[in-house]
Amino acid sequence: MSFREEHELHGRRKGRNIGLGLTLAAFIVIIFGLTVVKVTRGDFEPPRGQVEGN
Amino acid sequence: MSDATINSTRQQPEAGFGDYVALLKPRVMSLVVFTAAVGLLAAPVPVHPFIAFCAILFIAIGGGASGALNMWWDADIDARMKRTARRPVPAGKVTADEALAVGVALSGFSVTMLWLATNWVAAAILAFTIFFYAVIYTMWLKRWTPQNIVIGGAAGAFPPMIGWAVATGGVSVESVLMFALIFMWTPPHFWALALFMNSDYENAGVPMLTVTHGRRTTRNHIFVYTLLLAVLAVGAGFTAIGGPIYLAVAVVLNAMFVLGAWGIWRRDEEAAAADKYIVEKKFFKMSLLYLFAHFGAILAEAALRPWGLGGW
Repeated sequence: MSFREEHELHGRRKGRNIGLGLTLAAFIVIIFGLTVVKVTRGDFEPPRGQVEGN
Repeated sequence: MSDATINSTRQQPEAGFGDYVALLKPRVMSLVVFTAAVGLLAAPVPVHPFIAFCAILFIAIGGGASGALNMWWDADIDARMKRTARRPVPAGKVTADEALAVGVALSGFSVTMLWLATNWVAAAILAFTIFFYAVIYTMWLKRWTPQNIVIGGAAGAFPPMIGWAVATGGVSVESVLMFALIFMWTPPHFWALALFMNSDYENAGVPMLTVTHGRRTTRNHIFVYTLLLAVLAVGAGFTAIGGPIYLAVAVVLNAMFVLGAWGIWRRDEEAAAADKYIVEKKFFKMSLLYLFAHFGAILAEAALRPWGLGGW
């Protein structure tokens, strides 16, 4: 049993929250994907000379 | 929350998610995405597909951010123009302050993320593009001079340069040519729109060429700029971004475009008003096809290059 009828305002807020949630989830996926690509390609490895100097 | 609270908040603007998306001018964004993608894909340096996707996304968000800043600053003008009165700020769905916050936040986000994902040159051009559109065009040129869209058109011309910089890390003749193509295309495109939206700009007090110098002068300008654009667009066919496909597309479309501009130039206001600006509206629609086809041809030349078919 529903205690009160949902107002149109609540629907809009819900839509906004879902939209923001999906945006944040997409951001996490993008950061994760970029990290995987850059680490796999060796973008974060130190230059060769620096490694040899150690 | 009681019903009384709901009723009291009903008067306040409470936006849905779509209203915030509308702040980013999705239709303009589609042009930004397409031209930036062509710039990126036409470059001779391959980019990892996921990085390319992210780069285009951040460029689109940067373009959207400048759109939000434009809506924040121009809320008064937008409210007076039929074409823009339903935008989120004048419609009362999003406050001007919110538009400013979205614009500033997304500007910083897009530039930083593009830098981290690709390189500083691409990020710097994106930052300059946002600055140029929001400050130079929106805050300064738009309300000051009838040359507003001529100079301001540069903002819309940067995306392929950003795409090219994502791949190459720099600027070159090819990317400058793509910039020049959009830069020269912008004035006839917007002046044609101004011809059949004249009262809008007049009501809003925007000094478009139609308002300050009249429609006859605007028609002359459209014709001259279209001729200059045709020389540039066909000439680009003999450069590194061109090739047989591009040249064929450019020759056909520029012939049609010059004919369209001549049609606008040779008629007067009486004739235009009599048929409700049908020639001007047709020219405006053709201008959209014109740009998409030229950049599509640049992309086709680049895509065929690995098989020894694209370019000269």
